[in-house]
This record gives sequence, C-alpha cells and structure tokens, in this order.
Amino acid sequence: MAPTLNIVIVDENPIRAAILEDGVREAGYVRVTRIAETSRLLARIYAIDPDVILIDLENPSRDVLEQMFQMSRAVKRPIAMFVDQSDTASIEAAVDAGVSAYIVGNLQKDRIKTILDLCISRFNAFSRLQGELDRARSALEERKVIDRAKGILMKAMNLTEEDAYTLLRKTAMNENKKIAEVAQSVIMAAELFK
Amino acid sequence: MSEHLRIGFIPLCDATALIVAVDKGFTAAEGLDVELVREVSWSNVRDKLNIGLFDAAHLIAPVAIASSLGLGHVKVPIIAPFGLGVNGNAITVSPPLHAALHDAADGDIRDPLVSAKALARVVAQRKGRGREPLTFGMTFPFSTHNYHLRFWMAAGGVDPDEDVRLVVLPPPYMVESLRSQHVDGFCVGAPWNSVAVDLGIGHILHFVSEILAHAMEKLLAVRQRWADDNPDVLMRLVRAHRRAAAFVEDTDNHAEVAAILAAPNRIGVEPEVILRTLDGHLKVSPGGAYRDDPRYLLVGREGAGRPDPIQAAWLYAQMVRWGQAPLSAEMLAAAKSVCRPDLYDAALAEAPASGEPSPAIGAFAGPAFDPNDIEGHLAAWTIKRDPAN
Repeated sequence: MAPTLNIVIVDENPIRAAILEDGVREAGYVRVTRIAETSRLLARIYAIDPDVILIDLENPSRDVLEQMFQMSRAVKRPIAMFVDQSDTASIEAAVDAGVSAYIVGNLQKDRIKTILDLCISRFNAFSRLQGELDRARSALEERKVIDRAKGILMKAMNLTEEDAYTLLRKTAMNENKKIAEVAQSVIMAAELFK
Repeated sequence: MSEHLRIGFIPLCDATALIVAVDKGFTAAEGLDVELVREVSWSNVRDKLNIGLFDAAHLIAPVAIASSLGLGHVKVPIIAPFGLGVNGNAITVSPPLHAALHDAADGDIRDPLVSAKALARVVAQRKGRGREPLTFGMTFPFSTHNYHLRFWMAAGGVDPDEDVRLVVLPPPYMVESLRSQHVDGFCVGAPWNSVAVDLGIGHILHFVSEILAHAMEKLLAVRQRWADDNPDVLMRLVRAHRRAAAFVEDTDNHAEVAAILAAPNRIGVEPEVILRTLDGHLKVSPGGAYRDDPRYLLVGREGAGRPDPIQAAWLYAQMVRWGQAPLSAEMLAAAKSVCRPDLYDAALAEAPASGEPSPAIGAFAGPAFDPNDIEGHLAAWTIKRDPAN
C-alpha cells in the first residue's frame, strides 16, 4: 500500500461524505479533502490537485468535472474517468451504488480499483442505513397513528385500550389492510364527524 | 402484458414530447409501462443509458454522437429513432454585458453578426484595460450550447478558447451563477433563460433559432443493441412520441401541456414560464420587452421528430472544428448513423419522405453546410483548432 494519494470527495450529503472519508482513511489514505459546496468547483479542484476525485451521482456538478477532459491544458496532468472498455462490471456497480470516480494522472488500475470498491461498499452501506432510517421513521409514524385511532375508539365506543387495538386488528384482517391504514381511516372518519 | 421501460430525462422544456407521451397515456396505449427518471447531469443520463440502467433517454444530441464515436468516454453505439426537439436554446447575458454590447454595436444587436462583432470589441476593450476575460456558461463539453456559443462568437472574430472562458454549468445552476457574477452570460435551454429574465439579472440576447434556423437539440436515444433486441418495443415508443408531439404542437393544448410539465417531479417551474417557450413568446429583458418567434422550439413541426443525419454531420463538424474529434470519413459516417429516419418512417408506416429535402441548417454566417464536405465547412473559418488525433 502506498497511502500517498491525494483524494477529493465531492458530496453535498455530509453524512455520506463522512462515511466515505472514514473508509478511505481506514484504508490508509490520509490526504483526503471533502468539498460540499460546488461553486467554483474546478478552480478548487485545480488548487488541491488531487490524484483521485470521487463524486456522488446526485450531484449536478458531475458535468463540470467532465469539462476537465476537454481542458487538459488547464491541468497539469491528464484526467480519466474510471471507466474503460474492459471494466464494465466495476462501473456498473459504481453507478448502481451512486458514485463515480475520476482519476488524475496515470494511476495503476488496481490501486484505484481498491478505492472504488471501497466507495461502492460505503455508498451501498449508506443506502441501507438510509433505508433503515426511513423504515424506522415510518414505523414510528404508524405507531402514532394507531395510538390516536385507539384513543378515538376508546372514547367513542367506551372500549379498553386492548379492545380498541383488537378491533383495529380484526378490521384490518377482514379488510386485508394494514392496521395503520385502518387507523388512518378511523382518524379521518372522526375528523368528518367533528 | 405491458413492457416496463425506464427512461431518463433532464428537467428541460425539450423533454416535452417524452413527458407528454407518458403522462397523457400515449405510451400506455402502446402497451408500454414507462417509468420516467429525472436526472441531474448529462453524465448520469449517458452512463445509465450506456450500462443499461435506462432503456431509453432524453439526450442532448452531441452526447449521443460522442458516445457512438467513443469521444471523451466509453464507446457505446447510440441511435435515435425520434427527435425530441429542434432549436429551443437561447443566449442570455448580464445587464452590464448587454449594455456594453449595445454601446459597442455597429447596428441592431438583435442581428447575431452585429452582436458577435460587438462582443469582439468588448473583448478587445477589456484586454486593453487588463481586465479578466468574459466567462460564458454552457451545459456540457459535447453540447449544442457549447457549439452554438462558439459558432456565434467566432463569426464575429472572438476566439472561444483564447479570448473568453467557457465553463460547464448544470442548467439549474446557470441563473445563480449569472446572479453571483461567476459568469457574464450563458447558453442554455428553456426555461432557464426566462427564469434569469424574470429575476431581472439577464437579457436574452439571441434565440438559437436566430443563429441557426434549424438546430437539432435533443434526441430520444437508445443503445443500438437494445434497439436490435427490441424492435417492436422501439416502434411502439416512436408511435407514442409522434402522438405526443402532435398533441404538444396543437396550440389549443399548450396550457394543458404547460401544466403537465410544471409538476414538481417533471420540470418544476411555473406553468406560465413554460407556456412562453411553447408559444415562442418570450420576455427578453427585465424591462418587459417581448420577442416572438414561433420557431423558438420545434417539437414535431417542420420534421423535428424525424432525426436528420445532416444535423448529426453538422454537430460532428463542430467537434472537429474545436479539436474534440479527428476528421475522418468513418467518423462522419458513424456520426450520421446516430440519426435513424428509417426507423421513424418504419414505425409510422409512412412512405419515406425522400421527396422532401431536409431543412437546411441555415446558419447566420458562412457558406451553406454540405454534410459531405466537412473539410469545406472548416476551410470557411479562420478561428478553429487543429483536429484531435
């Protein structure tokens, strides 16, 4: 390992950028710069003069980086994107994960491959985390809705909490719906009858 | 069973035929279940189309050609059975640059030759005073916007690589960059020019239809291989687009089309701004002046839906002129074969329109364009680069 590469991470999502930076540092690369603000991006990149640029695909500034291919007289070293005809599997995995890498200069392919693989796994891990977070959030939302519906039923029908929940669950089973959906209907009906 | 397709697009008015084909149910009527995916960069659209994450895409014509020629990126042959839009771009400049051009002009700056020569004088004045060169934004190295800006200014004697700076900016960032004075002007598609005018930070200097009468802009692009594997789906896709284009071009439908495009998951700007583009009735200065050109954006009219190899040849000639591509007969042929009027004709079961000549490029300067004589086209210009190796 030669941890001397200068790496730039362009990502507006601070959490994902941090996760990626951690990974790159753990792999022994210490010269890592994060850029979140994308105005005057090219000028900043030229100033940092990186060996590798990693950019998330949700970032419109990717097109700005493509200009570097056309402006070789403005940069000291040639720039290539991590794609070549022989390595479609890598680029597919990267695009699928939502990240892209640009290489400055003539880096050995296996070295950049390690970094890109790391990006892919970190980006996928981030997506999983995001998914879990979303699910946790919606589970919490559902619980709130169910609690409210239970309260309405308890008051309107003079039920215990347990009976109110049983009623919601039974109705959901009969109607082939989720309990939260039935609870939502109860709340809506209660609003109408107000 | 209906065929599921994923199609990528960039939020621009020239994605109209695609968006209307899907949202008005014309694709569904052809048995196609289309999922539209809004993208943020041409690099993403190109990559996702190339590796098969998209079945088709709203693609800027020079990117389709560059991909087929393997310029700047992986070589993946792309073809277009349908043209999504002709014209539709405009050049917008900051109020100070507009005033400077006006002062330097020898005539009416609505004439592109007058404005380009005025630009040359402004550039020379700035050089004389030791000021920074003017900076212009465009959307991509292989973009119509890049070539339109270059063609226009070079005709007035401005060298786009030596006398000014051209920088790539994603379309939604153009307006902010003009406001923050990172750029002095830009060339971009609708609705962004109108947005700049409405904010009082830009004057529309030229519609591209004033620079080139007929300029192919966006294509419905698919991989050659996908087209070979899915001939029937391709035909249905073209038919749905043709219906959509006809719907868009009926002025009675403009309000409905503008409402469809204005949705947050489509273009996401006020319907009124989109309506100006469709009607070709554009506010060009913050003071409230309007300019009309019914040919501002062509969707289906004047053969806009039928991809024209002559247009592809013109774009390839610009790539050669500005040093992005080598000059060769093979590359010219490959560029032309991106446009597939034969597939368009086959899908619509129409007799090939061989009797009708293609509309001319109709540039405001230089000799008429001959698609079989790229060298002749290049010889007409003094400002140019050496062709790439």
